[in-house]
Amino acid sequence: MSITRIYGLFLRHFYLITRSFPRILDLVYWPSIQITLWGFISNFFATHTTYYNNAVGVILTCAILYDFLFRTSIGFNMLFLEEIWSRNFTNLFIAPMRIGEILTSLVITALIRSLIGLVPAILLTSPLFGISILDLGIFLFFLFLSLYIFGITLGILVSSGLLRFGPSFENIAWSTMFLLAPFGCIYYPIETLPEIFQKIAYVLPLVYIFEEARNILINQTVNVQNVYYAFMWNAFYFSLSIILFYYSFNAAKNKGTLINMGE
Amino acid sequence: MKNLIEVQNIKKNYGKKEAVKGISFNVEEDEILGLLGPNGSGKTTTIGMLLGLLKPTSGQIFINNLKLEENRIQILEMINFISPYIELPKKLTVKQNLYVYSKLYKVKNIKERIEYLSEKLRIGELLNRITGELSSGQKNRVSLAKALVNEPKVLLLDEPTASLDPEVGDFVRTFLEDYKKEKKISILLASHNMNEVTRLCKSVLMMKNGEIIDQGKPEDLITKHGRTNLEEVFLKLSRSKSEYN
Repeated sequence: MSITRIYGLFLRHFYLITRSFPRILDLVYWPSIQITLWGFISNFFATHTTYYNNAVGVILTCAILYDFLFRTSIGFNMLFLEEIWSRNFTNLFIAPMRIGEILTSLVITALIRSLIGLVPAILLTSPLFGISILDLGIFLFFLFLSLYIFGITLGILVSSGLLRFGPSFENIAWSTMFLLAPFGCIYYPIETLPEIFQKIAYVLPLVYIFEEARNILINQTVNVQNVYYAFMWNAFYFSLSIILFYYSFNAAKNKGTLINMGE
Repeated sequence: MKNLIEVQNIKKNYGKKEAVKGISFNVEEDEILGLLGPNGSGKTTTIGMLLGLLKPTSGQIFINNLKLEENRIQILEMINFISPYIELPKKLTVKQNLYVYSKLYKVKNIKERIEYLSEKLRIGELLNRITGELSSGQKNRVSLAKALVNEPKVLLLDEPTASLDPEVGDFVRTFLEDYKKEKKISILLASHNMNEVTRLCKSVLMMKNGEIIDQGKPEDLITKHGRTNLEEVFLKLSRSKSEYN
């Protein structure tokens, strides 16, 4: 692993973001809109249902967590797609970069992109709705870390598809999160799902993360087992995504996708 | 002379289609080898295999005596590529692009290297311009600067002067000649510009349907086929339904 090369690829995306005000605005705009919208919905539910009576910020907190996951995953895909759109893909893959270096650089850049969007959104919640995500305490860090790993995992899986099938896989890149969202039990307890869907939900880390967020906010208790399960499933899917990425890279070398990417 | 590129019987199949059918050739140090052939003859596939972007179905490639399959990163550090079909990130300035690629190639003394290339390729005034806003001639010189940022021993050029006006095209050709002489590098040049090939290349390979159908010095091929220039030789070979098909 070369720090210089990882830094070099990070710089490529850093320059891109900092050169363009609309890009920065785009990063900040959507999370802020999302959080504001869910803030009002959250306020409405808090005053009209009994379930959320003791925890006004449950929906809003879950919305922030989900948005972080969404931004991380989409952010990673965007970095990969950016190379295809700019027809720079071949230049990148003929540079002496190991796959691990490319992934590490994109993982770091995706985190920074997500934070640029998320921090202003979090800061909005306090003055607008009187809610602080920091109420989750120290476990907030573990929940964010878990979501970050899963977001990156989804990004790597989609990028594997882009490598293997080319730009035609782009539409899948945008739809992954929407496909998984119902099973993630972001805004409702898992019992809400039909039994067959519950079985699917239990093999995803998302359900443990959001169940735990609600548990902390509503019951004021911590179930470490949820955090543990989330990390276990994350470890499984993350390893799977790395294997698949290497497999796709080799398949692309056999098929010729790397040389025609962007055409 | 030492061979910097050694290609030994490489084949590339896409399913049942044979894109490259077991070709072998060498490129010596301080040599420009022309790779000619009609569209679909296997030139790009061959270059793709030399860059490690494509895995040969069989055969071996050695760059500077290192086997590509086992030394991909080491080899990529000493080669580079330019093609009109790939571009540098359009939103970055020229200087940022050169800086980023200098980092990716772990170039030491980046500032000096960029200054050297800026002077040689006359891109000093372009350094702070947005890459996407440059003319095709300017972009071409910037891409060439990127391709030389790592001081490659081997340079692969895919139609390096396509779509350039005669003045810029001549500048690029002169630059390549001088740079090759000065640095003793090997260049593999795929081009459809026969005047360019005649001027730059010591020898050429003619490809058709994934095979090398003829090879030799440009002047020898012209004599051998009884033609007056390389373009006529190219047309004769590419139109022939000979034993090569």
